Amino acid sequence: MNYSDILMDHFKNPRNQGEIKDANGVGNVGNPICGDMMKIYIKVEKDKDGDDYIKDVKFQTLGCAAAIASSSMLTEMVKGMKVKDALKITREQVAEKLGGLPKEKIHCSVLANEGFKKAIAQYHGEDIEKSAEEKEIEEAHC
Amino acid sequence: MNKIYLDHNATTPIDPYVLGKMLPYYKDIFGNASSAHGFGQEAMKGIDWAREQIAELFGCKLKEIIFSSGATESNNLVLRGLLMSFRYAKKDNWDKKFHIITSAIEHPAILEPCKELEKEGLAEITIVGINDRGFVDLEEIKKEIKENTILVSIMYVNNEIGTIQPIKEIGKIIERINAERAKKNPKFAAFDRVYFHTDAAQATHYCDMKVKNLGVDFMTISGHKIYGPKGIGATYIKEGSPIRAVTFGGHQEYNIRPGTYNVAQIVGLGAAVELINNTKENAKINKRIEELRDKLTEELQKKIPDTFINGVMDNRVPANLNISFKNAEGESMMLMLDMEEIAVSTGSACASGSLAPSYVLLALGLSPEICHASLRISLGKFTTEKEINYVIKILPGIIAKLRKISPYK
Ligand code: FES
Repeated sequence: MNYSDILMDHFKNPRNQGEIKDANGVGNVGNPICGDMMKIYIKVEKDKDGDDYIKDVKFQTLGCAAAIASSSMLTEMVKGMKVKDALKITREQVAEKLGGLPKEKIHCSVLANEGFKKAIAQYHGEDIEKSAEEKEIEEAHC
Repeated sequence: MNKIYLDHNATTPIDPYVLGKMLPYYKDIFGNASSAHGFGQEAMKGIDWAREQIAELFGCKLKEIIFSSGATESNNLVLRGLLMSFRYAKKDNWDKKFHIITSAIEHPAILEPCKELEKEGLAEITIVGINDRGFVDLEEIKKEIKENTILVSIMYVNNEIGTIQPIKEIGKIIERINAERAKKNPKFAAFDRVYFHTDAAQATHYCDMKVKNLGVDFMTISGHKIYGPKGIGATYIKEGSPIRAVTFGGHQEYNIRPGTYNVAQIVGLGAAVELINNTKENAKINKRIEELRDKLTEELQKKIPDTFINGVMDNRVPANLNISFKNAEGESMMLMLDMEEIAVSTGSACASGSLAPSYVLLALGLSPEICHASLRISLGKFTTEKEINYVIKILPGIIAKLRKISPYK
């Protein structure tokens, strides 16, 4: 496996790893088939402009080195950012910051991004107001 | 602490004795063994010597051994070579599909050629499963044999979980079926038989390799799994068993496997087998490997909670341990061990490239989560107790670290 030094560093010393007890958003994502699982916790507060910003963010990951490093990198990138800016970060940017990802590992960075978006969505209360359509899709999946 | 190599199911280091035997054939004894002059004949002597070693291990005739480039080539030769000789045997066989039975836990070097023969429309393949202990079922194999069955190919020892398959018993079943066929058919001959092949690449160092005891018609071995060189193997082909060549060229190996003799590698294989033929010494070596493996297993089970052994421990080769640590992912474990200069392998989907968990572990009936959390730790004859102690010291911390990162507690 060809992992960059940056990626290996995040794997060895993951930043922002753990949970936030009083998180106001949690994103749970995973691929139960291959067994990968990720949980992103966020604590959103207002900054001096009165905008929502990521005061704190933490992750828990059960997965490969690329999954652990992607979640570590993502949390490092979004920490302190305004929510609206943080949402613009793409998985390609995370991968690039990690010094690139092997092709078969791209889905691991997708997981980190989705987890974060889900956490924000939960903060916005979106998971409670899921559209009927969305629910239908989910049920069809099961 | 030096680097610790615990991936002997993947390959073994070359034994210095073996290397010593090979070196002259890279320097002074360079002749083409097919040449009639002195240079050639000296090289041929090396090949003859190597063949004798293997004949001793198998308890077979010299001419029943065909050298190859390794287990993959040997397996391909048996599967395709047997099928082709059946096709060429009679004119109306040309339109027939022949039936081959194999198991779900075979190496890709069996499964892939089988798939190819199926794709080409030449063969029908039946794949039997294994039970949750890690063994094929004799009754199932017996049940699957039908009129157009020409071959049963079952590996001797599985490369991931190390379980020793009941080769002797399968041999007996096939013998009985052939006896029944002979009773019903007064003209019973070579092309009316069911043949039996075993890929013994992982068994050679540990198991009874006498072909008469096993009842096999074909058997495959490989140099690099037994402290010999890579790129060399041998096929046992019982006298009278039909095999048609799959590559064509010179007259080497009775035209069955043409190509200039790879003399140094052949001598290397012979030397590796010579060491195994020293049965007393080899038994001692294997016992020591087993004791270290058992110590490792027990200590890891004691020190790390939620640990599972994949496949049963009895009837498993001494070198192999396949173990899962729930809520720790295999590739991550492997890399963290690698950072400590300890080499192992994993059946996790994350490490596979195809992102599918090990098909062997799935065939055992394990959940994807347990496959995800699996490590294969395989010991060798140069493994020391100090090395095993170091792994016992290091691994619990790695598992604890990964479990701490995991969302599951
Ligand atoms: S988490 Fe499974 S491949 Fe990355």
